[in-house]
Amino acid sequence: MSAAPEALVTREHGLALLGEMLRIRAFEDRCYRLYGELKIRGFLHLCNGEEAVAVGAMRALGPDDAIVSTYREHGHALARGVPMTAVMAELYGKQSGCSRGRGGSMHLFDVAKRFYGGNAIVAGGLPVAVGLALAQKLRSATGLTACFFGDGAVAEGEFHESLNLAALWRLPVLFLCENNLYGMGTALDRAESEVDVAAKARGYRLEAAAVDGMDVFAVEAAVARAAAAIRAGAGPALLELRTYRFRAHSMFDPQLYRDKAEIDAWQKKGPLITLTTRMKAAGLMTEDDYRRLDAAAAAEVDAAVAFAEAAPWEPIADLERFVYAEPGA
Amino acid sequence: MPNPVHEPPRAMNDARPPAAAATAPSPMRQSYRDALREALRAALHADPRVFLMGEDVGRYGGSYAVSKGLLEEFGPERIRDTPLAESAFVGAGIGAAIGGLRPIVEIMTVNFSLLALDQIMNNAATYSHMSGGQIHVPLVIRLATGAGRQLGAQHSHSLEGWYAHIPGLRIAVPATIDDARCMLAAALASPDPVLLFEHAALYNLEGERTPGLTAVDIDHAAVRRPGRDLSLITYGGSLPKCLAAAERLAEQGVDVEVIDLRSLRPLDDAAIMDSVRRTRRALVVDEGWRSGSLAAEITTRIVEQAFYDLDAPVARVCTAEVPIPYAKHLEDAALPSPERIVAAVRGVLGRGEAG
Repeated sequence: MSAAPEALVTREHGLALLGEMLRIRAFEDRCYRLYGELKIRGFLHLCNGEEAVAVGAMRALGPDDAIVSTYREHGHALARGVPMTAVMAELYGKQSGCSRGRGGSMHLFDVAKRFYGGNAIVAGGLPVAVGLALAQKLRSATGLTACFFGDGAVAEGEFHESLNLAALWRLPVLFLCENNLYGMGTALDRAESEVDVAAKARGYRLEAAAVDGMDVFAVEAAVARAAAAIRAGAGPALLELRTYRFRAHSMFDPQLYRDKAEIDAWQKKGPLITLTTRMKAAGLMTEDDYRRLDAAAAAEVDAAVAFAEAAPWEPIADLERFVYAEPGA
Repeated sequence: MPNPVHEPPRAMNDARPPAAAATAPSPMRQSYRDALREALRAALHADPRVFLMGEDVGRYGGSYAVSKGLLEEFGPERIRDTPLAESAFVGAGIGAAIGGLRPIVEIMTVNFSLLALDQIMNNAATYSHMSGGQIHVPLVIRLATGAGRQLGAQHSHSLEGWYAHIPGLRIAVPATIDDARCMLAAALASPDPVLLFEHAALYNLEGERTPGLTAVDIDHAAVRRPGRDLSLITYGGSLPKCLAAAERLAEQGVDVEVIDLRSLRPLDDAAIMDSVRRTRRALVVDEGWRSGSLAAEITTRIVEQAFYDLDAPVARVCTAEVPIPYAKHLEDAALPSPERIVAAVRGVLGRGEAG
C-alpha cells in the first residue's frame, strides 16, 4: 500500500481535510435520525467510515474532471462541492433537491460540478465513465473521469468490459474501487476467486495499486499521483481504496454477516481517528480545533435541514417533465 | 455470428414489377443499405462530433456492409471497432454523448442489444428525468432487427416493441429508401437517445429516392398508399409486405390504405386516428409477438380514441408465439406475410375467403 508523503501533513491542509470529513459524518448521522423520523424514505446507504476515500480523492481532482459515482455517494457529492442544502433537499424529495426530487439518495446529480450520479446498478456507471473519458480524449480536454464503485462491482461483466475498453483506447479514466469488504452482505472472498482487485486491473494492463482508504492523506496522494500520470497520457489506472463501512448496508440490514468485534476493530482505525491522532502527535492540531470544526459541520447540517424542510415540493403537474429534453434545453 | 453480406440478394420487396430491376439502374434508384451509408457519410461530414462505433464497423465494413469504406474515409478515431462488449460500448456511447460528442453506436443484431439493456434502460432512458433535467443523452443506436433470413432464434427477433415501452427513449424505424437516407440526421439532431431499427431483410431493398428530399422528421407517420376501405397500420420490415398485400387486394377490388408508423415512440396517434376514421376499419401488422405487443398498444389506442368510428373490430397480424425457427417453411409460417395480411383484411371486411 502507498503511504502519504509527509509534505501533505500541514496544519491548514489537515484541518481542511478533517473539516470535510466531519461535514460528511455529521450529515450522515443526521440522515440516520431523519430516516427514523420518516423525513427521508427509500433506500439510504450511508458511508460512515469511508469519508477519507471521498475527501482524499476529491481534494486531488480538479474542476474539469468528471465524477461518476454509486448509490453510496453522499460523501462523494459533498466532498465534490455539491451544496449540502441541495443534497439534503434531494433526500427529502423536494424541488430544491439537486435532482429536483426525482433521484433521491441513490441518484444525486450536479452537472455544474460534473457530478454524473448517483448510479444504483452495481458497475453500471463504469461504461458511462469510459464514454465521458472518450469524449475528453477526442475533444482534447484537460480533464479526466474518476469513477467510484464498490468491491461488489468487480464481479460484474461491466467492470471487466470497461477496464478492457479504457485500456485498449488509453482513455483518461481513474477507476476508484472503494473496497469496504462486503458487497451488501457478501464478503469479497465469498464472491471472488481472486480478491486482489488491483491484480485484476493489471490483467487488463492498467496501472493499479492498493491504498489505505482510512488514511485521507494516503488517498489524496495516491489519487494525485494517478491523476497526474493519466493527464500525462499514461492511460487509465485503478486504485483499490481499502476501507470499511461502520453502519449497515442500508436501513434494512441486521448485519448478520459480520461480527461486532470486526466493526470495533475497524472503528479503532477509522478515518477521523487516524487523521486526528497523527495531527495531534505532530502538534498540528488541538482538541479545540476538532470541536470548532465539528460545531461548524453541525451548524451546516442544521441549515441544510432547515432548507430542506422549507423547500417546496415539485408540483404533481410537473410529474412528466424531463423525461425528454425540454425545448431550449 | 452470421455473415449476411455474402448471402445472395433476395427478391426485392418494393412494389415495382421485377421487369424494372432488369433494366439499367437509374441514378435515382438506390438500395436501403447504400442509403444508410450515405446518411452516415453525410453525418460524419456535417459534424466533427459525430463518430460511429460498434462491432466490426471498421475493417470488416459492418456486418451488413452498411459502413463499408467509411474507415478508409474517416479514420479509426471516428469509425471505431469495439470489442464484443455491448454493455461497455453502449455505455461508452452514453458517456460520450453526455460529454459533448454525437456518437452513433451500431449493435449488430437486436438480440445482442440485450447484453446492453442495462445501459439502454437504466442509464440512457433515465438520466434526463432522474437528474431533474440536467443531463441529456444525444445518443443514436442503430440496430438490425427482424427475421426472414433463416438465422434462427438468437438473431431474428423483433424487439423494437419492447424498447418502445420505455419512457425516455425515442424509437424510429426507417422502412423506405428516403427514410434510410434521412432519418439518421433527424436522430442526431435529437437531444434524447434514439434507437433506429433497421430490418435486416430491407438491406437489399431497392427503390426510388425522392429528388430534392434532404430532411425528414422522426415524429410522424406517413401514408404510403392511400385507400378507402381499411387502414393497414405497420412499420419497418412489414411495410413492403403490406404494400404487396394492398396490390393484391386492389386486384380484388379492395382499396386499403397503408400507414407507415415510422416512429414507434412517440406513436403518431393523430395520423392513425385520421386514417381509421376515414376507412372505419383497421388491421395492425407487427413482426413482434402478439402478446403484450406494439400491435396491442396500437389496437388499444384505436379502441380508446376511435371506437365509435369503427365498422368492425380491429385485427392484428403478428408473429407466431415461438422463438423464430431455422427451417424456411417454419420461419415463413411464423411471420406476417402478404397472404396472411390479405386473408386478415378480407376477414375484417367480412368477405371471408378470397375470390
